[in-house]
Amino acid sequence: MWTWNNLWHWAGHPLSWPGFVGMLVGAVVILLLALLVVMYSIYWQRKFIGWMQWRIGPNRVGPWGLFQTVADVLKLLVKEDVIPANVDRTLFLLAPIFAFVPAFLVLSIIPFSAHHVFTANIGIGALFYVAISAITIHGVMLGGWSSNNKWALIGGMRSAAQMLSYEVPLGMSIVGVVLMAGTLNLNGIIAAQMHTVWYVIPQILGFIVFVIAGTAEMNRTPFDLPDAESELVGGYHVEYSGFRFAFFMLTEYVYLLAMGGLMATLFFGGWAGPFLPGWLWFAIKIFIFFTFQFWLQATLPRIRQDQMMSFSWKLLLPLALANLVITAVVKVLV
Amino acid sequence: MALTDETDLVRTEEMLLNVGPQHPSTHGVFRMVVKISGETIIEAEPVIGYLHRGTEKLAENLQYSQCIPYTDRLDYVSAMLNNYSLVHAVEEAMGLEIPDRAEYIRVITMEMNRLASHLIFFGTYLLDLGAMTPFLYAFEEREKIIDMFNELCGARITYNYMRVGGVKFDTTPGWLEQVDAFVKRMKGEMVKYRQLVTGNEIFLARVHGVGAYTTEQALGHGMSGINLRCTGYNWDLRKKKPYSIYDRFDWDVPLGSAGDCWDRYILHMEEMEQSLRIVEQALQQIQPGPVMAKVPKLIRVPAGEYYSGIEGTRGELGFYIVSDGKDKPYRLKIRRPSFENLQILPIILKGVPVADMVAILGSIDPVMGEVDA
Repeated sequence: MWTWNNLWHWAGHPLSWPGFVGMLVGAVVILLLALLVVMYSIYWQRKFIGWMQWRIGPNRVGPWGLFQTVADVLKLLVKEDVIPANVDRTLFLLAPIFAFVPAFLVLSIIPFSAHHVFTANIGIGALFYVAISAITIHGVMLGGWSSNNKWALIGGMRSAAQMLSYEVPLGMSIVGVVLMAGTLNLNGIIAAQMHTVWYVIPQILGFIVFVIAGTAEMNRTPFDLPDAESELVGGYHVEYSGFRFAFFMLTEYVYLLAMGGLMATLFFGGWAGPFLPGWLWFAIKIFIFFTFQFWLQATLPRIRQDQMMSFSWKLLLPLALANLVITAVVKVLV
Repeated sequence: MALTDETDLVRTEEMLLNVGPQHPSTHGVFRMVVKISGETIIEAEPVIGYLHRGTEKLAENLQYSQCIPYTDRLDYVSAMLNNYSLVHAVEEAMGLEIPDRAEYIRVITMEMNRLASHLIFFGTYLLDLGAMTPFLYAFEEREKIIDMFNELCGARITYNYMRVGGVKFDTTPGWLEQVDAFVKRMKGEMVKYRQLVTGNEIFLARVHGVGAYTTEQALGHGMSGINLRCTGYNWDLRKKKPYSIYDRFDWDVPLGSAGDCWDRYILHMEEMEQSLRIVEQALQQIQPGPVMAKVPKLIRVPAGEYYSGIEGTRGELGFYIVSDGKDKPYRLKIRRPSFENLQILPIILKGVPVADMVAILGSIDPVMGEVDA
């Protein structure tokens, strides 16, 4: 007989009130941590790109402009909540949530440190990430669809096509690592790398596919077609404003954090590293990933829709599959 | 029912999409009504007139020298050339002799202005294609040109600097040295632009073979300037009908071959280098002297019809004056190259993706002030 208790037993934790409160506190801490990271990654993005473009970047609010993003977020939160008259109301309200919840959900499996303070250590970590992150596309697509705006519609459709095409090579590139480590558990993958080398060296092909597909998955330059500013005037979120828009932005940057975490875990030994504490190593690796993404953003133009699709199916997917075959053969032989 | 027959299973229809007049990539208040099927454009109809100010009609009630500030507002990113085109037409009609120094200053300012305008093309075109850094790099250099013009004539965009018979002010002390330093610096910047953009794979994929047309099509639509030269047709008024002192310099007319966005882009970049060459030589040749010819107080063009065209930034910029011998033109018709260049748009936009629409429009490089006049 099914009871609510079964749910908790199924998740591996017998329901107890202290345990429940602990999980709740953990979730809130992760949420706040993610918000903090998002705010300062946006700050770093603006500063870093500013320096690349011979500008100073934000420097007015707080010392060195440190509170600029805080002020921006506050502004978005207190803005009037506008729902245009002719939108599909239910879907319009649901879309940001659809986009936002999976983004935070995937954070729960990212191993931020050796001691696993607030995250879940589940056996199918890598699979969980790929599965859950795919849900976000519904939010983006529904947002574009329900806005009753042609630009948003095109943006939403582009986004759907893009995420579908890049989900496949992304998954395939992860499989190579999983094959080497022999486990889907993210901590297991880190442990496997501690014994040998970082997987970026044996899995260099998979790593390249992962970074490209990951960049496309996050809709970042040069794959920022869904919200192509100069073509679609903002794309799927063109009708959104205030905190609903903030939700879409948050989603984007939380994925940046999650993708950085996943990349560090799969290819760069996660939190493992000498001298420094684990969480600091993890933070450094994610920071480098962030900076790399912002560098791309400042440098590259945008690829075209059909080129992007053929690039994924005709080049990335065969590369990922080849990597998979090579990994499998080497694993059998060695 | 055959499963392969898509029309039976999925009902698709075309969508009418209104692009502009408030769109980040239409370069001003330009509007296009495009019919799209999926992401492919089936039909495109340009709509213009949002910036119409009736310059030609206004000119009929203005003395010739009063018309000059109005020309500033035509192609507002290369006002020096507009100024010159008008005063050149009047000077030719009156048969005036222009002092050498004035002509040199005119050529220097015009070529610098052409450079500034092409810098805007470079920056905004890359912005259209999604790269934002070139925009800021281009505007950094453009700002230096603007500052120098500001020192020369007290205005940053609308110069009102040329006069019938010469230029309003002689150069300030040290101005020519500033230009010289800028030219040297700009040569290094061009290398940087090439390294950042011109070899970029994504950029190449976006512009190669996109928006191509033939020489016949270009001539048939009255196109000129880079938009004509990109098809391989050698037509530059500075060489073909030399005006001012352009025959005193050694420079080349860069030509394209395919007539696509890539050719138009690279011609802009090469023209910038040619402009630098011209400015460099002009700086060596310029001598002290008067900057204004002896001109009657009241400028009257003898009765008759006159046309004079110069190589503007965007093509042949011509002023057609009908005079009845008074101090005001009876009729002033302006041949605005952007307007003519834009006419081919419905043809080359047919069948391209929405993303290419922006790339093609950007490469034609229209300025709406000039299109709508």
